[in-house]
Amino acid sequence: MALVTAAGITKDYRTEELTVPALRNLNFEIEPASFVSFVGPSGSGKTTLLNLIGCLDKPTAGRLTVAGTDVGTLGRKESAAFRGNHLGFIFQDFNMIPVLTVYENIEYPLIMVQNIPFRERKERISRMLAAVGMDDQGGKYPHQISGGQKQRVAIARALVTNPALVLADEPTANLDSQTSYAVIGLMKKMRDDLGTTFIFSTHDTKIVGEAEVLFRLVDGRLAEKELKEGTAHA
Amino acid sequence: MRNLFKIAIRNLIRYKRRTLLTASLITIGVVFVLVFVSVSGSFKSMITGQITDSMMGHLQIHRKGYVASIDNLPLNLNMKPNAYQTIRQALAADEQVEAFSPRLKFGAMFSNFTETTNIRLNGIDPEAEFRTVPLLPSRILEGKSTVGRGEILIPALLAKGMKVKPGDPVVIVATNADGSVNGMQFTVAGILESATGPGGRDGYVRMEDAAQVLRMTEPEISEVAIRLKDFGRLAAAVQHLKNATAGEVNPQGQPLFEVHSWEDLSPFFNIARMIDIMTFFIRIMLIAIVLISIMNVMVMAVYERIREIGTIAAIGTPPGKIRSMFILEGFCMGVVGAGAGVGIGAALIALLNLIGIRFDFGQQKGLLLKATLDPPDLLVVSVIVITVAVLASLQPAVKASRMEPIDALRHV
Repeated sequence: MALVTAAGITKDYRTEELTVPALRNLNFEIEPASFVSFVGPSGSGKTTLLNLIGCLDKPTAGRLTVAGTDVGTLGRKESAAFRGNHLGFIFQDFNMIPVLTVYENIEYPLIMVQNIPFRERKERISRMLAAVGMDDQGGKYPHQISGGQKQRVAIARALVTNPALVLADEPTANLDSQTSYAVIGLMKKMRDDLGTTFIFSTHDTKIVGEAEVLFRLVDGRLAEKELKEGTAHA
Repeated sequence: MRNLFKIAIRNLIRYKRRTLLTASLITIGVVFVLVFVSVSGSFKSMITGQITDSMMGHLQIHRKGYVASIDNLPLNLNMKPNAYQTIRQALAADEQVEAFSPRLKFGAMFSNFTETTNIRLNGIDPEAEFRTVPLLPSRILEGKSTVGRGEILIPALLAKGMKVKPGDPVVIVATNADGSVNGMQFTVAGILESATGPGGRDGYVRMEDAAQVLRMTEPEISEVAIRLKDFGRLAAAVQHLKNATAGEVNPQGQPLFEVHSWEDLSPFFNIARMIDIMTFFIRIMLIAIVLISIMNVMVMAVYERIREIGTIAAIGTPPGKIRSMFILEGFCMGVVGAGAGVGIGAALIALLNLIGIRFDFGQQKGLLLKATLDPPDLLVVSVIVITVAVLASLQPAVKASRMEPIDALRHV
């Protein structure tokens, strides 16, 4: 069964005078444990699509199912709960909480969203910190670490809740190419280790090649779907 | 909750200068309120105590109509002995009454054999009077600490003006209820410190002597001063005594007696009420200070952290927890401001007491003000500050919790 199913997804942005179509009649499926990228030029609808899959926005028309839930029907509180329990987010600007240490940033969703007991929290965070190679940086604050390290922490924070799906909007946009490769490599490794589905958007042509499933968006339409040779999850 | 507190406190520390300025503003407000409440409250209590405990008593009972003519000390509006007996029995049976003192008040001429002036006199039973107004003996500046038969206590201003001292003979001449005049020689037993307020410049003689001067076979009573066991229950006691005496009516069916608290009889009560009103407005100012300063800071905090709010909302933080996070920031600022204000305020009041504030009130000179802080006052001010701080945070906090994560994440 597909983890994400989009059936006739349309998203329009409306003002008083005009309607701007952002996504037009998208139909696709994403299988569990796949490593997917949405690519396309600016304004093609990548971020809009990620926002819809991430329950941050609702489609104007069509049906979008994520982890078996029609996310277009969720209310405000249900959306928050769904995001907290099923989804992880990695942001372009890292979006660390500046008053919390690296350890506390990773701990945040476990306390505030999932109410995980202390012992289990500690065990999960230690495992995540080790997995992203930050096990000796837990006590540092975000302003004390580099951009690449922040994105590693963001990956750990996104994965610590054991989500089915991690969404990353331009996760390498603020990183140099070497760090970008390292971050994408880490995301892929985590997919391999944990079986979590990763969906990321990018317009970085070098990074695009790392995706196993590629959806190309042009003017809000799905122009092309590419499968990398030997990809199991198509 | 512990984690919400941790984040709230760290966010406050994050903007140190702003937090410090806001907390300082609240602290200064609390200090001003506490010092004002303490000094004005202590002044009010002190003067009230002086008035009630040295001359008026907590409340008084008169024959109906007496108070309206009290400046004339009308002898025809005195209570007859049997009427007083009714009052006496009611008061003796009343558990709220600690002591009561009947007084026979009259106006007289005071002569030192060379000069004459007028004087207001109270015929009293010294024992009952001193129990009812226990500060009266402390007003005796010179002479004996009581008054015996044929003796008189006179106010200091009169003694000074008439150049009399304890032991000197004086003559009191009074007109009785029939209009005839009678005179009697007294010996000055003591000089009383003059006090501001009704009765503050009265003299005292024994009840029997007053009756003799006024040619009464049995003393009539002008007023009964009453001291309560619990001054805080004054209003209830007045009402209780009104009810207890309501049954006593004259042949025309009109009430025989009237009950008044010191508040009805002393002009100082208006000053006390002004102090209360000023205290109320000072508290309103404190509320305004806390409300505006916290709201300003919290509105800024929400505006500056829109992307952070978007992040935590996106990763699934329930709106209620986002709201709590900001409310707790306001709460913490309120607690810090109130705590520091209470500490500094208490220290300042202790310092004022150490220095010693002296003031004059009417004829009473060099009264030492002992400023005190009641724990309920501290509690009320602290609760007001913290409650207002939470209320001021409410609107920004609700705004933060209702923010759409997608819009918040886009914010630049």
